Formats: sequence, C-alpha cells, structure tokens
Amino acid sequence: MTSMKGFFRGRAKIQPIWVFVIALFIFFSVMSEYFLSFGNISNILVQTSTIGLIALGMTFVMINGNIDLSVGAILGLSASLAVGLQAISMTLAILAALVSGILLGALNGFVVWKTGVNAFIVTLGAMLGVRGLIFLYTGEQSFFAMNFAFADFGTSTIGPVPVLAIIFLICALIMHLVLTRTSHGRNTFAVGGNPEASIDAGIRLGRHMMINFIIVGFFAALAGVLLASQMGAATPNLGRDYELWVITAVVLGGTKLTGGYGSIVGTLGGVLAIGILRNGMNLMQVPAFYVLVILGAILISVLIIDKKLNAPSAKEVRI
Amino acid sequence: MASTEQTKVVVPLGKLSKAGVLSFLSAQGILIFFLIGMFVFSFFSEQFLSQSNIMTVVRQASIIGIIAVGVTVVIIGGNLDLSVGSMLSFSTVLVVDLHDKIGPTNAILLMFALTLMIGAVNGFLIGFLRLNSLIVTLAMLSAIQGFVLIYSGGQNVDIANQENTWFAFFGRGFVGGIAVPVLMFGLLAILIQVVMSYTGYGRRIFAVGGNPMAAVYSGIRKNWCVFSTYLISAFCVACAALVLGSRVMGSQNNVGQGYELLVLAGIILGGTSLLGGAGSIWKTVIGVLILGFIQNGLLLMGYPYYIQWIVTWVIIILAVWLDLANKRKRLFTSHS
Repeated sequence: MTSMKGFFRGRAKIQPIWVFVIALFIFFSVMSEYFLSFGNISNILVQTSTIGLIALGMTFVMINGNIDLSVGAILGLSASLAVGLQAISMTLAILAALVSGILLGALNGFVVWKTGVNAFIVTLGAMLGVRGLIFLYTGEQSFFAMNFAFADFGTSTIGPVPVLAIIFLICALIMHLVLTRTSHGRNTFAVGGNPEASIDAGIRLGRHMMINFIIVGFFAALAGVLLASQMGAATPNLGRDYELWVITAVVLGGTKLTGGYGSIVGTLGGVLAIGILRNGMNLMQVPAFYVLVILGAILISVLIIDKKLNAPSAKEVRI
Repeated sequence: MASTEQTKVVVPLGKLSKAGVLSFLSAQGILIFFLIGMFVFSFFSEQFLSQSNIMTVVRQASIIGIIAVGVTVVIIGGNLDLSVGSMLSFSTVLVVDLHDKIGPTNAILLMFALTLMIGAVNGFLIGFLRLNSLIVTLAMLSAIQGFVLIYSGGQNVDIANQENTWFAFFGRGFVGGIAVPVLMFGLLAILIQVVMSYTGYGRRIFAVGGNPMAAVYSGIRKNWCVFSTYLISAFCVACAALVLGSRVMGSQNNVGQGYELLVLAGIILGGTSLLGGAGSIWKTVIGVLILGFIQNGLLLMGYPYYIQWIVTWVIIILAVWLDLANKRKRLFTSHS
C-alpha cells in the first residue's frame, strides 16, 4: 500500500495502517478503562514481540518477492531445542536453537536460489518437513525449562520496560536501517521489483534471496527462544499458524506480495494493529473467536481500500 | 505451458524413437515415480500391495482428494484457495450439528447452500474485485475459523442416534463393493476432468489462467470464469464435508485445519503449476494417492509417523525441481 494520496499535502507520507493503529488506540482507550496504562502498553509490546520479530524478517523476504511459510515450524524447532538441550548446557541450547533457524533459512534460500522452484512451494514443503523434525526430536513430548534463569529472562524488565519489548524494538530499528541505508536493502527492493532488470544490472539475485531467508530464519529462531523463555516450556505444536499471523501483519503493513514495495515502519504498524486489537478486545471481554473474524474482515478491507486508492496498474485489463 | 506438454506426448504409437521415449518419460515422470514407489514399498512390506490395504489407502486419501480436485480447477484458473481447510470444518460442523435439528436432507441442502455461498464470497472478491487470491483466502481462512468457533461455542458436535440414520451412507456405505467416499472421489474427478478437457468452459479456464489479458481480449468473461472456479472448489469441499461428517458421525471444531496445505502438496506433487494455465485433474489424483501411499508405506515399513512429512518435503521440491530442470534443459538456475 502506498502512502495515502492526498492525505497530507507535500512530501509527508503517512502509512494508512498507522492511521488505523491510532484509531484503534483511541477507540480502546475510550472503551476500556484498563487499556491506557503503562503496564498494558508494555504488555501489548511483549505479546506482539514473537510475531513482530518474525514479521521483521518476513518483510525482507516479501519485499524480495518471495514468501516463507516455514517460520512457524522453525520457531517450534528452535523453542524445543532451546529447552530440550538445557540439560547439557544453557549456552549450547540457545546457540543450537539460533543456528538451527539460520541453517534452515539458508537451506530454504539455497534451494530457491539454485533450483528456481517457487519459494511458496519450497517453504510449504519445509513447513511440513520441519514440523516432522520437531516431532521426531521431541518424541511428541513437551519440554519444561528446569533452569530458572532461562524462565526468568522472559519476564524480566530493565527499569520499567520488559526485556522482550526492548529486544523487539531494537531489532526493528536495526532492520529498518538495514533496509533503508545499506546496499543489501536497496538490492532487496530491486530484486523484488524487477528480477530480470536487477540481474542485468549486475545484482547477485540469488545471494540476496538467500541472505533474506537466513534473516527470517534467524528471527523465527530468536522468537522461538524468547517465546520458550516466556513460557518456561516448549510444546511440539508451538508456532502452528504463526505464518498466517505474520503474513497478515506484514500485508496489513503495506508490503506487497508481488515484491518491490514495503517498509519496516509499516510492518511495525501491522504488528501493533493486530496486538492492540487482540488485547483491546480481550479487555472488552469479547470472546477470542471474534478476533479471527474481525482480522479477516480487516485484511480484506485493507485490500479493497488499497485497490481503490491506487490507480489500476497498466498490467491489469479492465472489462 | 499447456501446449508444450501436449506436443511432448504426441508420439505416434509404433514409431517410438529414442527421443520420443525420453520425452514421454519426462512428461509422465510423476506416473513413473508412482510405479517405482509402489514397487519399492511392496518389496519391503508384504501387506502393501494387498487389495484391502490399497482400498484403505484410497479411502483415506479420498477426502483430501475430493477437495484437491476442486482446488486444482482454481489453480488452473490462475488463483489459489487456502480457505478450503476452514471451509471443510465449517461445513462438517454445520451438517453434523443440523442433522439432529432439522433432519439429514435439510441439513445437507443447507450445508451445500452455505458452503457455496462462502465460495461465492471468495469468487466475488477475487473474480470481480480482482483482489489477490492468496491474501483473500488467507483472510477467509481466519474468518471462517472464527465463525466455526462462534457457531459451535468452542464445543465439539456429534450425531446422537448414529445407528439409525441413512446419513451414514456417505462415509461408511458401499456400492458394488466400492466404498462411497472412493466412488465420490472417482466420479467427481472424472466429471471435472471431462469438463476441463472437453468443454468450452474448461478451455476458457485454461485460457484465463495461462494469459488473463489475452483471454479478456479474445472475449472471455474472465471475472465470471474466476468466480465459477471458486464455486467448484466450494462444491467439492461440501462433498468432502459430507463424507467426513458421515464417517466420523461427529466433528471437532478444528477438523480440517491444515488440510489446505496437504491439498496443495498433493496438487504440486501431481505436477500442476501454481502459476496457472496448466495442469490436469488426473495428475492431482495421482499426486494425492502418492501422498497416501507414502504415508501408508512408511508406516508399514515400521518408520515413525512423522517421517512421512520429511519425505514429503523432499519429494515435493524434487518433483517441481526436475520438472523445471527439464523445461530449461539445465539442472541449476544460471543467475548468481
């Protein structure tokens, strides 16, 4: 979704999702007396940090013109490894969890690069296969963290701010800078916008794709470790359906599925919109089921609004 | 894409040159893979090729298969349908819940009507408003799941008097020694394959999926074509819900979750391109059966249940990769 045309004159661009986030924020502040408090706001940040971290990486992959459906499974595997290997060594467990995410991301990226198979298919396969790996590794058991330092980390705070929220915001800032200020970020846009032209311009398309898959793999694994420390446990089904939430957040944030357009700021808005919606409706005692329906409705409305705001592209044929 | 596949297999029988044999092999790779797989499994397990085992596998695969037949039409038309899993749980919960309340006939009719209505919503958003099918059906996946949970109040539903209802026919019945689910799967597959290859309507779907702009310029009403593919997909889901509800005689409210991915895996394995404009129903049938036989064969050989997912992972990528490599005449992509 491009900037809302004519919303602000001049060069100032505002992403529609942030208008929506602010509207939601005001709405729930009025409707619920508990919503507008420091505790609740930082709570929202902690709740969204898992999906948010993955969404940061997914933004890169989607701007690049690919998609990654295997993030939920990678999250599950890294969470299981982070808790399951603690009996041996804490450092080893966390390291193994993060490396597993990086390796699986690299594998996805390498296969997409070398074989030319559509990323949708490659990661769909990985989503099934990695979930299979989790069940084989865990033997269908849930693991509980025996190390209290690990379980405490997820709930700890620096001053009044939860650590998870800080990690999420710092990662968002770093990824924003990588996307806007580095050649990798620029090339990611170029490859997503027009792969053939970027090859002709000498951009090493395959490498950039692979780096982006590694990034999303790493963030999925990081989210898995943090989620496990938040819960002090890991179940083999952890992270199921997360890919859907993450893609929803990124699309809400205005990143185009066709590639070549998107931003971390938008994704942050998308993640917050979902987080505020879930949190606010909980506070208003709406059953959790309704969130699913409302989320679907919002996603479709965003698409329709996007279609109306942006003039139909030349590619499309009107009848 | 469809035309290259057709030219490949046009080899006059009796005059099979070496090149002809090779191109036949590459065009029918999935069938050959299927036969080799069956041979390997039967080598390792005695029960594998027994008639009862084969019938069991086909029966188990029939629900995924019925849905996959419908989704294949959507994919040939150049779109995706991820909402079929949620739709299946919606339709199953609905038909099972209404069975005791308004009688089986009314329940089935109402379920078909409502499922087709969801299909129509999908079709309207994607066909007429021309929204991205991946995101729309993703949104519908979540919305329908929400509806199911609201409708059922998070409870599982079941049919009270399971012995005395003809509703059991669809899931448990036999006609002439063949299980009804298998029969429905076969009939639907044949019907839709005939429609896709021998009618003007089928040709128009291929045209729309292959090159939408050219299709519109040659006077095809693209919007209606896309709309209709989602009705077909919804109809197939309703049939699958009939089988599932009747076989289980009850329904969890999350039944069908993740089916959309198994369905896609079967279709991809069969060799239908996700880009649209190419593919066939019988390929999908074989793809779904391969998934079923892999699952069954690995279990019979004594491997853990979850190995099949890892094997599916490898096979899906290999199948699509070899197909691509064959088309571009080289194994790896050329860019760095």
